Amino acid sequence: MLTQAPLHDVATRLAEDIRRKVIEMSASPNGVHIGGSMSIADLLAVLYGEVLRRPAGEGPSAERDYLILSKGQASAGLYAALASTGVIPEAECATYAEEGSRLGGHPMKRLPGVDFSTGALGHGLSLGLGVALAERRYGHDGRAFVILGDGELQEGSNWEAAMAASHLGADNLTAIVDRNKWQISGRTEDTMSLEPLADKWLSFGWRVLSIDGHDHDQIRQALQGPVEPGRPTAVIAHTVKARGVPGLEDTKKSHSATLDQDARLLALAALDGERA
Amino acid sequence: MSTDIATERSVAEVFDHVWEHRSTIQSRDAYAMMLLALGRENPLLACLATDMDYEDHFAKELPRQYVDLGIAEQNMVGVAAGMTVVARPVFANGMSPFAVARAYEQIKIDVAGANLPVKIVGTHAGLASGHYGPTHHSLEDIGVTRMLPNMTVVAPADAWETVQATVALAADPGPAYMRLGRLATPTLFEERTEFVLGKARVMREPGRVLFIATGPYPNLVAARAARELAEQGVSAGHLNMHTVKPLDREAILDASAHAEVIVTIEDHRAVGGLGGAVCEVIAEIAGPPVRRIGVPDIHYDLVGGEQYLLNHAGINVTNALAQALDVVA
Repeated sequence: MLTQAPLHDVATRLAEDIRRKVIEMSASPNGVHIGGSMSIADLLAVLYGEVLRRPAGEGPSAERDYLILSKGQASAGLYAALASTGVIPEAECATYAEEGSRLGGHPMKRLPGVDFSTGALGHGLSLGLGVALAERRYGHDGRAFVILGDGELQEGSNWEAAMAASHLGADNLTAIVDRNKWQISGRTEDTMSLEPLADKWLSFGWRVLSIDGHDHDQIRQALQGPVEPGRPTAVIAHTVKARGVPGLEDTKKSHSATLDQDARLLALAALDGERA
Repeated sequence: MSTDIATERSVAEVFDHVWEHRSTIQSRDAYAMMLLALGRENPLLACLATDMDYEDHFAKELPRQYVDLGIAEQNMVGVAAGMTVVARPVFANGMSPFAVARAYEQIKIDVAGANLPVKIVGTHAGLASGHYGPTHHSLEDIGVTRMLPNMTVVAPADAWETVQATVALAADPGPAYMRLGRLATPTLFEERTEFVLGKARVMREPGRVLFIATGPYPNLVAARAARELAEQGVSAGHLNMHTVKPLDREAILDASAHAEVIVTIEDHRAVGGLGGAVCEVIAEIAGPPVRRIGVPDIHYDLVGGEQYLLNHAGINVTNALAQALDVVA
């Protein structure tokens, strides 16, 4: 549990803790989507440490925010964030992908802190739009944040939701694109190019912010700053796949991997080094 | 679109109005009328649309509870699921072929899997689109929705049963799919009886033949065929299986106890829908033979009105009698 630290230290320590837990989970012989979990570690740290109000949804339904991990394959990153913030027991991370565990390869609604099961790509932005509309229409002030994979944007349903969100003026909806530039088969731009990505969101009527997705100040500013009335926000977070894992950073093979003990120790040592 | 919908009526008044005009009101208009009445009573009820005109009155009177998503069924179903964090129930409306087949993954995961109070309502079900062609026919919707856990699947037999089902679905906490036709159809009912989701209606007491039907025309075929058989001295029962899931197993077992043949009738593929569901029950008890009347395994690129296509598929009294008499004669 990370409490009582100065605000900015919370996110820094949370990011480190998320990375540490993801590395530990990657011992799983079933493989962990380590690349995509590490690329969103800083986004999750700022969201869970500083931005989201009652993300576990405890208490009355009003006055809370929602995070939807549309790129559900990064479940290990989400589990780490939930464990580091006390939503689920820290020890539960060790059960990742084990038979009978609540922690599967993609997050399921049965787990506290998960409002919607995700994993089939192209669902999260519609779900987030529904949340945002309901919150607004019924007088609540909740915000919906949706973390999208960049490769995921190749699913057409995202653009149905993007078109509707600006038409309906859903300014309490924020899409965060994890722009790590990889998908299973290779570089996004080789598989099915997404650029010019900012222009696509702009042309759909969204406010667009392009940031370094590992810079906590930039993440903070993008997610905590005032929204633009009547327009949803797209944050294109430029990230590095498997950020922080020696030998796996910015590689195709980091998409899903099992790390042996040596690799884990090396990765954990690198984390310690970064802090020092 | 009927101007009738706009009239300010309570739920009870809609029941009365639709009962009185049950053979001349389109099911979708009766549904829209009841949805508006329910929306007035329950401010948490939301109505989503995909570019439909029959929900216009809802949009005008209850704009806060209404969202038009344009021609985008996948997004509509996802938005419906998302809205349930506050709104419930959420009625998500579209044309059956698109609201179900196009958005199936969203229905499977975000609605059925999540067990949320989202009610998908699809018009133009079965062959109701007629000459608009096979792109607009919806012949797989019962089959694919009844495979999903938690789902309730309903095919009302006329405008009256539609408003009854609408009220029942609004009160039910789970996800559902309701299929409606396009044109007004003759009523099946002579008296107002209670409607219970998952409880088949015994339209005619069981005999040597048992017809089980779902939806407007199939039930009309079953009613006429049963009457004609009775006139020929062959006793025949008729179950209106308005809810295909959860299936009323008990009613099927009771009604088939002394039947020599069961004939299922649906304006849906002859596989996977009502007929398939009945076979699943009957196979377990080694019951009587089941003859399934439905749309055959061909792509229906035949131009014609609904009646023409139903006849072509053998969804008619002649075929219902032939199937029954083939076994009992």
